[in-house]
Amino acid sequence: MLKIKNLNASIENNEILKGIDLQVNAGEVHAIMGPNGSGKSTLAQVLAGREEYEVTDGVVEYDGRDLLELSPEDRAREGLFLAFQYPVEIPGVNTAYFLRTALNEKRLYRGEKQISAMEFLKLVREKMKLVQMDESFLKRSVNEGFSGGEKKRNEILQMAVLEPKLAVLDETDSGLDIDALKIVANGVNTLKSRNNAIIVVTHYQRLLEYIVPDFVHVLYKGRIVKSGDRNLALELEKQGYDWLKENVPAQAVHVEE
Amino acid sequence: MDQKLTQQDWHKINFQNFEKKLNGQSFTPLHDLRKQAITRFDELGFPTIRKEEWRFTNISPITRIPFKLAAGGHDPEVVSGVIEPYTLKDIKHTQLIFMNGQYVPELSVSRLPEGVRVKNLDRALQEDKELIEKYLTKHSDYMEHEFTALNTAFISDGAFIHIPEGLILDNPIHILYMTSAAGESIVTHPRNLIIAGSNSRSSIIENYAGVNNDIYFTNPVTEIIAGENTVMDFYKLQQESAKAYHISALYVHQMRNSVFSSHSFSFGGSIVRNDIFNLLDGEGSDSILNGLYLAHKDQLIDNHSVIDHARPHCHSNEVYHGILDDKARAVFSGKIHVRPDAQKTDAIQSNKNILLSEEAMVDTKPQLEIFADDVRCTHGGTIGQIDENGVFYLRARGINEQLAKNIMIHAFAGEIIKNIKIDKFRDIIDKLVFSRLEDGHLKQND
Repeated sequence: MLKIKNLNASIENNEILKGIDLQVNAGEVHAIMGPNGSGKSTLAQVLAGREEYEVTDGVVEYDGRDLLELSPEDRAREGLFLAFQYPVEIPGVNTAYFLRTALNEKRLYRGEKQISAMEFLKLVREKMKLVQMDESFLKRSVNEGFSGGEKKRNEILQMAVLEPKLAVLDETDSGLDIDALKIVANGVNTLKSRNNAIIVVTHYQRLLEYIVPDFVHVLYKGRIVKSGDRNLALELEKQGYDWLKENVPAQAVHVEE
Repeated sequence: MDQKLTQQDWHKINFQNFEKKLNGQSFTPLHDLRKQAITRFDELGFPTIRKEEWRFTNISPITRIPFKLAAGGHDPEVVSGVIEPYTLKDIKHTQLIFMNGQYVPELSVSRLPEGVRVKNLDRALQEDKELIEKYLTKHSDYMEHEFTALNTAFISDGAFIHIPEGLILDNPIHILYMTSAAGESIVTHPRNLIIAGSNSRSSIIENYAGVNNDIYFTNPVTEIIAGENTVMDFYKLQQESAKAYHISALYVHQMRNSVFSSHSFSFGGSIVRNDIFNLLDGEGSDSILNGLYLAHKDQLIDNHSVIDHARPHCHSNEVYHGILDDKARAVFSGKIHVRPDAQKTDAIQSNKNILLSEEAMVDTKPQLEIFADDVRCTHGGTIGQIDENGVFYLRARGINEQLAKNIMIHAFAGEIIKNIKIDKFRDIIDKLVFSRLEDGHLKQND
């Protein structure tokens, strides 16, 4: 589904990603872990199409297409979904309008019929149960005045409505208490299927207790320095990231030569 | 050639012609007042950018055009066609129609409960002498304000509204000033007097429109007296011709526990200046001033307000949003004046602007003059671009870039529009704004 080869990206001439290779197949859950500043969020933003980041090298193939050629909106319509680390507050745009517009844009792109207000309401009500959100949120402005947990649940609600093929969850666990974390994880697990894939970007192992990854990758200084199964995450939890600094620099220096 | 003299002379000639048409009415106290006003206007002259209150607003184009006082005599059938796009079709309301400043009784519709007086000022000058004597010009300042002096010199027609004590008016009163200059540069001086008796409730919509690309000058003055415990919602929609000049003044005098809200929408005009002088002259009164302005090409829209907290325990909340494109300019000046006696004043003021082009400009100037010690006043102004994070967020959900930008701009306007209390009027304004948006920019009003 997703093939990343030698992805290099920079922002304002700062190289952040320095040769990422990653393959994600349908039905898989990948976790990308790493210390702060390792490039985890950059990878998520580059995949979603954030224009501030410049891709300087490499290819990203998504569903057989060149992902980097697509606008952010086309990526979304093709089934890529980024759950934002910091969901944006949009005063004056109510959540129902936002969700319905997004869904209809996707449908339009696929040559499908627009969803009526009634049908939409039925659909969204059902999806809201999944993340235990009250219907009153539909009338509120997107994320405005939402608590941290409500914002993250709103991200998963959007995911549920848009039914992506590939979901990238960027630090969705940050700022969540244990109850909210369970709700979010439960929502994600319900949406998981053989036909879609999930990339969980996280600093901590905590979320991975609930969303169990098939693969874990450690990102450090813009490169994936280690991959393994879920045991790697447990190992990281025990050891922290300090061991990376002792073991990896040799490689990093090598790259920079 | 003495340029200053020449500029004012056009209006003095207008005054002489106006006087001739008054016939027997030129010996009334009102006419003495008019004469004082034209003399005062002559002394004051047109304001220049050397005056602090006009520093950012150069009105010299207005002074250079020999505007003629608009003549009356309109065929109601013709007028009916011209005003059609600006009427409030689905809203049950009372309507006063003015064409080039003159009342058109044939097109005016009254849906009023007994006791409410809604008529044109010209008629009220004959029929409601007591109220006229008591209130007309009493809350406006023609000695200091140049354009109010000019308006006062030409007081003849406009809207006269009197809501009796305790009356709840369910339907709004719509005052439409339509201008069709037909190639002539004309000036109108609409004069509105609105008196709300104590414990009354009302909503009033002032609407200024013009045939597009006509060059004319509208110089309205409105005086509002809000009695004790009144609730009044006052809406002003300014959608003048793109080449028109609009200089307006609104004087609001609030008594004890009155709640006054103003919603100002400025979309048209070439040079536009709106002044609000809001005197909170009774304990516990509450003033809400909302404003939205859209300007593009070389439009200049200036909103000035003075909120005078004269009594304790008053609350004022002023929020203006502006959207500017191309080479448009906007000015916001908001003065909050808290007098020594006005303890427990609570005043909030904010002006936010979105610039859609590199060349658009805003001068925003909040001012606090506080002479009491136990008060809470906050103010702030921002000037920025469309929130790119918001645009990206929408795009990341599959919404195309142009629509995403339009949604962001619309939402910014929506924060002001949402305060409109008449549902269908809110829809009208909302559609007016949305129809102006194209690919994240402002386009011409169709």
